[in-house]
Amino acid sequence: MSDVNELHPDAAKLEGMRHTEQYDFKLAEDYFFKSERGLSRRVIEQISYYKGEPQWMLDFRLRAFEIAEKKGRPKWGPNLDDLNFDEIFFYVRPTEQQQTAGSWDDIPEEVRRTYERLGVPQAEQRALAGVGAQYESEMVYHKLKEEWEKLGVIFLDTDTGLKEHPEIFREHFATVVPPEDNYFAAVNSAVWSGGSFVYVPEGVHVDVPLQAYFLLNAQNIGQFERTLIIGAPGSKFHYIEGCTAPAYTTNSFHSGVIEIVCQEGSDVRYSTIQNWSHNVYNLVTQRAIVEKDASMGWLDGNLGSKVTMKYPSTYLVGERAHGEILSIAFATDGQHQDAGAKVIHAAPHTTSSVVSKSISKTGGRSSYRGLVQIHEGATGARSNVECDALLLDETARTDTFPYIEINEKTAHVGHEATVSKLDDEQIFYLMTRGLGEEEAMALIVRGFLDPVAKELPLEYAVELNRLIELEMEGSVG
Amino acid sequence: MSDKTLEIRNLHARIVDGDTILKGVDLVVPRGEVHALMGPNGSGKSTLAKIIAGDPQYEVTEGDIVLEGQSILEMEPDERAREGLYLAFQYPVEVPGVSIANFLRLALNARREEGDEIGVMEFYQKLQSAVKNLNWDDSIIERNLHEGFSGGEKKRSEILQLLVLEPRYAILDETDSGLDVDALKVVSQGVNAARGPEFGALVITHYQRLLNYIVPDKVHVMVDGRVVRTGPKELAMELDQKGYEFIREAAHA
Repeated sequence: MSDVNELHPDAAKLEGMRHTEQYDFKLAEDYFFKSERGLSRRVIEQISYYKGEPQWMLDFRLRAFEIAEKKGRPKWGPNLDDLNFDEIFFYVRPTEQQQTAGSWDDIPEEVRRTYERLGVPQAEQRALAGVGAQYESEMVYHKLKEEWEKLGVIFLDTDTGLKEHPEIFREHFATVVPPEDNYFAAVNSAVWSGGSFVYVPEGVHVDVPLQAYFLLNAQNIGQFERTLIIGAPGSKFHYIEGCTAPAYTTNSFHSGVIEIVCQEGSDVRYSTIQNWSHNVYNLVTQRAIVEKDASMGWLDGNLGSKVTMKYPSTYLVGERAHGEILSIAFATDGQHQDAGAKVIHAAPHTTSSVVSKSISKTGGRSSYRGLVQIHEGATGARSNVECDALLLDETARTDTFPYIEINEKTAHVGHEATVSKLDDEQIFYLMTRGLGEEEAMALIVRGFLDPVAKELPLEYAVELNRLIELEMEGSVG
Repeated sequence: MSDKTLEIRNLHARIVDGDTILKGVDLVVPRGEVHALMGPNGSGKSTLAKIIAGDPQYEVTEGDIVLEGQSILEMEPDERAREGLYLAFQYPVEVPGVSIANFLRLALNARREEGDEIGVMEFYQKLQSAVKNLNWDDSIIERNLHEGFSGGEKKRSEILQLLVLEPRYAILDETDSGLDVDALKVVSQGVNAARGPEFGALVITHYQRLLNYIVPDKVHVMVDGRVVRTGPKELAMELDQKGYEFIREAAHA
């Protein structure tokens, strides 16, 4: 490794801190570290050095950076011209990240009002807004953590995962989403930080969902989080990320990578609902590899951010593997939600189902971008795709880009797409029963989302409903 | 006359920027009475029903609708509903993903002050007793509003909602159309259960048949956008025998 002082002006101080860190946790918590703006080899070296990572990880990061440089940004999909890397801090130490907003008073009035309207408790509001930690949930978390540990379940932030479980980590890391996959995956690979590391051992069923929420106080949230989830053979669990209340961040670029390995006969579900503030570019790569007789379910909700590009993918590589993707998108006020799903059938008798529901209003735009691919030899594979779009007014827009590639004669693939507009007759009918116009519209929207919403854990479903009501406010001219 | 009436005064109305349909309707339904409104196709009965409920497809050009002494013309459909008005639709719409139970609870609470929402137990008792009144199975309340309902089931749902929401005045727009005799009996049984001194209704129908089960206090006959005749329940029988021609002739004489 090169000379400390070359890496960062504060490197000497950093070096000192790394030694004290083991002894004085508090000092480390208070220490301020931010990379310089922009993405460069130097920044990547700083990050890796600061984290004290093994050489292989630094090499991996640098290789990923070269790949990103070579690839360049995608030429398709939403417009990303306003996304300027030179203005972005690619690494902010997690404690600072939680405090990027500074103090509660710096949170925009609009965001604070939304929290109040949602009835989010103050402590939680502060955590969501990035100005505090969530002490109550931490108590719950510690109790659950003890139970999980007894079962051999590993549930840590990814940086700690790398340190404490290097063998499992290295075996699976970047096997599902290699940096070569796409530009943003390469960028993430170069600068990743935070995320969750989950390992559920063979045959273990975890009844309570593993919620990233619990790690909020630890090094979990990040602009470039890297989540690695491994379901050993016969395991069964549900991992939940994010929440419906708006997450305020001053970082305008979020690009995560989620990798999931579903080993033979496992049953894994991953649910996420993101509601970033409307200044964020949210470009995430989510992918699962599903082995023989295993089952993978994605539930992907996109409510916030300025631009979203997110297509949860499922690679069905073992016989009878099953994949399910449920996707919700809500686009309003110039947001562009470019979401969808990818399913690759690479083994016989694999099955999949995709249900996508999008709602667009007041200049919002939502796109369904989906791929179903059936490889030759995936005999008897079956896939069904259903995407429904609801437009709430004349200024909203929706597009569907379904790609279907079938190279196996015995496969069955169904695709159904509908676009509907808010129906005046439905609104009138509901109003004659006493519901106000906005309430009637919100009810229709909720009904439209119901097939997906009922797959959510109850508290999420309730929050989602309240959020839709808020979004519908002011819809009536 | 007491204030406890739904009164239509010289009502003229047309489709927004379109044809005139109502040409001076006069009609009074006192609370506590059930009136029938009969008339040939295209006479304006269903239009009248929708206009009373506040359908934005139509505009009133003259006259007034007065609910217990208060004009409701300027009110939105939901305000009218909260004033105690109810329309049983001829063609109820489907609202996918919204269960009957959830929907009715919202509708009931919309009539109440914030903080005074109906209790869960009280609500379900009310709902179940209405379901029973209509010889329906309890599981119906978990089904989505009219999604995949047969025509008859939709009509029954309209009466179920009436029983739960307990309006002061209901307008039933051809609730009998498309029903077989058994369904007709069940629906009538529901309406009769709602009858009482606090409930007034205007039952719109083509056929006298319904009035065997829901016996009206008065019968009004509408032809070409006006009420041309009002009489006792026997008028319905007469219409059934002679057809609408004799009224039409009388109206134009």
